[in-house]
Amino acid sequence: MSANKFIFALFLLPTVAFAGEPDAARQKELVHLVRQDCGSCHGMTLKGGLGPALLPENLSGKPVDGLAATIYYGRPGTPMPPWDRFVSEAEAAWIAEKLLTGFPH
Amino acid sequence: MRLFLSFLLALLLTACAGPQLRGTGDLGLIIERASGHVTLVNTSSRQPYARIAGLGDLSHASAVYSRDGRYAFIFGRDGGLTKIDLLEAKIVKRVIQSGNAIGGSISQDGRIVVAQNYTPGGIKAFDAETLELLSEVPAEYAPGQFSKVVGLADVPGNKFAYALFEGGEIWVSDFSDPKAPKTQRFPAGTQPYDGLVTPDGRHFMAGLFGEDGIALLDLWQPEKGARKILENYGRGQEKLPVFKMPHLRGWSVAQGKAYLPAIGRHEVLVVDVATWKEVGRIPVRGQPVFVMARPDGRQIWVNFAFPDNGKVDVIDTLAGAVVHRMEPGKGILHMEFAPRGENVWLSARDDNKVVIYNTETFAKQGEIAADSPSGIFFTTRAARIGF
Repeated sequence: MSANKFIFALFLLPTVAFAGEPDAARQKELVHLVRQDCGSCHGMTLKGGLGPALLPENLSGKPVDGLAATIYYGRPGTPMPPWDRFVSEAEAAWIAEKLLTGFPH
Repeated sequence: MRLFLSFLLALLLTACAGPQLRGTGDLGLIIERASGHVTLVNTSSRQPYARIAGLGDLSHASAVYSRDGRYAFIFGRDGGLTKIDLLEAKIVKRVIQSGNAIGGSISQDGRIVVAQNYTPGGIKAFDAETLELLSEVPAEYAPGQFSKVVGLADVPGNKFAYALFEGGEIWVSDFSDPKAPKTQRFPAGTQPYDGLVTPDGRHFMAGLFGEDGIALLDLWQPEKGARKILENYGRGQEKLPVFKMPHLRGWSVAQGKAYLPAIGRHEVLVVDVATWKEVGRIPVRGQPVFVMARPDGRQIWVNFAFPDNGKVDVIDTLAGAVVHRMEPGKGILHMEFAPRGENVWLSARDDNKVVIYNTETFAKQGEIAADSPSGIFFTTRAARIGF
């Protein structure tokens, strides 16, 4: 890789990473939403309730896109509703990623 | 110095007098879901009097009371079952009875406490005195298939009625012999999400999530099986998304009618309990979660699922309509009426307090600080069937 290309890539990387990253205040809101309101069914500690457990060990191997789609569009035929009124697709993806790696408190 | 000596003397005298005797009829507790605490409260003074720590994961925790109203049995989400002494304000006993629990109930004779579990699905019976395990009924509805249990309620005859979410059945387990329960099964419908027993103990209802309708079992004539009422109340219309499951309990029966949350509709359904026919529906401002009658049955208070969980609607049962709308706080999770209903206590989770309102004037009467409060349970539940 030429030096020029490398520098260009360095510029690009943070841009891509930041595109889907909600700001700190919004992250706090999303954490609250997941723990408290998703928690109604999945449990505040995400160990599961009427809805399945959402801890990393329960979700491992599941693609992040699929999880994000379930959050955003819901899952017809189950009680899982669509959350598209409350989160953007990028935010759904952020939630899915965080669920896979251990959701913040 | 003299003042201090008289203070010491006063202390001494109090100590000699021994513990002050008191009844428990005006006591209760508030679940603080995020921090594993309960706050003990007095409904006469409308003040807290003690706080107890160490109850584990209390999200979706609920409580039932011993017959004398002295002991509370608290069922935590993490499977913890904790027995609390309300007079001495301390934990008497605590066991971890399952991996994931959703509530519990106490038998007619007060001697058996039963927990309903999601994981492993089923119910477990404990000696109310010692919390020793007596027996269990796994919710194995098909070979190797276990269901989450919902809607557990005590019914006369030391029996418990409950529903199986995946199994789609109502089960009634008879604990006349606490170590050898006998269970009857009744097909109910798709995805029962909660249940209730009517205040007279005769009918068990399971609300259905997977279809429009409610399964109804006459416990006086169980051989007739469960039948469906309020079938197709949505009439094929597209359902609104449900962001929190409604809760059912016998508190929704008032003045000969049952007031029930519609699923996926911003309505309270009204059913005549003599005919079990729908006699009305009342539009409200969200997906109802708790639909609770004031003890005299004149009012029905309704709170809502996210995102309308800051609102509360009050229905007048004579007018058959909402007569008061309020926004008493952020994240209103639960309500409990004073024993005879002159005020109602509402937990405002995101405001970290419980707010108390006069039910006649709708004026605020006070508030109590609590960390993410959820359930509020008063000892008057001790004497009610299905609580």
